[in-house]
Amino acid sequence: MIQRKISTCLAVIIIAMFFISAKPNDKCKLKIQFENFVGNDLLKLDSAVYKNSLGQTFTVSKFKYYISNIHLKNKKGTEFISKEFFLVNDEEVKSKQILLNDIPEGEYTAISFILGVDSLHNCSGVQKGALDPINGMFWAWNTGYVFMKIEGHAPQSISPGNIFEFHIGGFQGQFNALRDIKMAIGNWQLATNKENNLKIKVDAAEIFKTPNEIDFAYLSSVTDNNNNTIIADNYVDMFSVIEVK
Amino acid sequence: MKNKKYYIVFFSLILLILLNGFIEDNPYFIITKKDVELKIPKGFPKPVYDFKQNKITPEGFVLGRKLFYDPILSNDYFTSCASCHQRFAAFAHIDHPLSHGVLGKIGKRNVPALQNLIWKDGFMADGGINHLDLQPIAPMTSPVEMAETLENVIKKLQNDSVYPALFYKAFGDSIVTSEHLLKSLSQFLCLMVSCDSRYDKYMQGKEKFTEKELSGLKLFRNHCAGCHKEPLFTDNSYRNIGLKPDTALKDSGRAAITGLQSDYMKFKVPSLRNVELTYPYMHDGRFKNLQLVMNHYAEGNFFTAHIDEIILRNVGLTEEEKSDIIVFLKTLTDKTFLYDRRFADPNFR
Repeated sequence: MIQRKISTCLAVIIIAMFFISAKPNDKCKLKIQFENFVGNDLLKLDSAVYKNSLGQTFTVSKFKYYISNIHLKNKKGTEFISKEFFLVNDEEVKSKQILLNDIPEGEYTAISFILGVDSLHNCSGVQKGALDPINGMFWAWNTGYVFMKIEGHAPQSISPGNIFEFHIGGFQGQFNALRDIKMAIGNWQLATNKENNLKIKVDAAEIFKTPNEIDFAYLSSVTDNNNNTIIADNYVDMFSVIEVK
Repeated sequence: MKNKKYYIVFFSLILLILLNGFIEDNPYFIITKKDVELKIPKGFPKPVYDFKQNKITPEGFVLGRKLFYDPILSNDYFTSCASCHQRFAAFAHIDHPLSHGVLGKIGKRNVPALQNLIWKDGFMADGGINHLDLQPIAPMTSPVEMAETLENVIKKLQNDSVYPALFYKAFGDSIVTSEHLLKSLSQFLCLMVSCDSRYDKYMQGKEKFTEKELSGLKLFRNHCAGCHKEPLFTDNSYRNIGLKPDTALKDSGRAAITGLQSDYMKFKVPSLRNVELTYPYMHDGRFKNLQLVMNHYAEGNFFTAHIDEIILRNVGLTEEEKSDIIVFLKTLTDKTFLYDRRFADPNFR
């Protein structure tokens, strides 16, 4: 009886040791920093006054967006995929920094991600964390997440109180506002013995610029399917790589 | 004489205390494991609701039940889910064409019955909500219904003297989250299954129909079952049945969700189970009784833009045929469901 117990113990210890030793530490950590801009200026909520391409002035009071399905492409052709959802909120410094773990060492050439929440997660009932409906990025009456939200004031705006609000979402058919963002990152070596940092510029001015120039006197509010893809087509190019380290 | 008065007050108090103790343990309100077992009725399809994501437990159900009946979910502490979803009306709002919310505010739609929700793939008359768990957020946050924010509801529940412990019992965590709030409500709602009406008993060969009921069933199958498909009495589709648009409500129905002109004034085909009790009818409660509903179909005086042609087959129904169909519809009243003690208001003590 006792012998049996001892042998069981030994087996457990051996298996445990196997697992401990079999976990080689060649996985990297990566920090992605999102820097929100309007044009060439860092975004300053409420106080700073900006101009759109038509010369109309505006201030920004809120800027939030979902980043998900991050892919990192290795030179060898393999991909690292993160299944996590991140909600970047300009008001929360912490939210602008994304930490990815367990990325294999190697040389990486491209990063891609979705701006928004894929259709599966728009149809999966109540969820936690970044996707908790409490985060104010969720439509209660027409189920779905708001992928990108920007609000502010523009004197030219036709909305009550001269506000503008663009709440962009939609994951079905012609109203699909999901956009893939792809960026080259050169030949970037990710290693365990250094801090791996990627800085991304997010230029909110692009939301009002190309290909669809937004005139606040005509369009100051998008909060449903109407005109949502016009804005989505604009924000698809608001991301660019500032630096990799 | 004065003494006698004191005695009466004293003994009433004692009686009340005793009674209260008795009611606390009243088996009427106790929910056991057996009570939360879900049996899929014979002939019913596979549920749409995914129970793997939300396993029903007695504790989760009890929490959901308490929340459903608790006006704490509303901004004025006066309006609960049950204010509009009345148990005796299969959880519809009897005799109210449009929903009533906080401070006497009026909504834009008729309160639907709550039953057989696990077979639904879209909620609200326009199907805008795609999951049962997410449905309660809409009335809670609507300015004309409960006028709250999800954030504030959670804060109120967290600061309550009873709820954190109930959340702990149900989910092993006394921190109130939207996930646990909504999942407990779903657990309560999921068990609202109506499957024991006289119609069901007739189908199982346990009861006989009268001649008029039989005639009504036959007519129903010819004229109505194309959309109100047995055994759920809905095919879960959205249809335009030729109702004239209400110029005050300006409700475009499903089109507001899909953005498609072809969905103009399409509304979800409602189940007809317990239809006897869910009056008034239609998405805006415009018809106060079943006779008027029948007249709408039979008279054929439709608003024809985007109308579903399937309804044209009902034009010309005779008075007798209409009356037979109504008699049949009343066999869908399910007293087992209506008097099911599990769904009774637990605060009613």
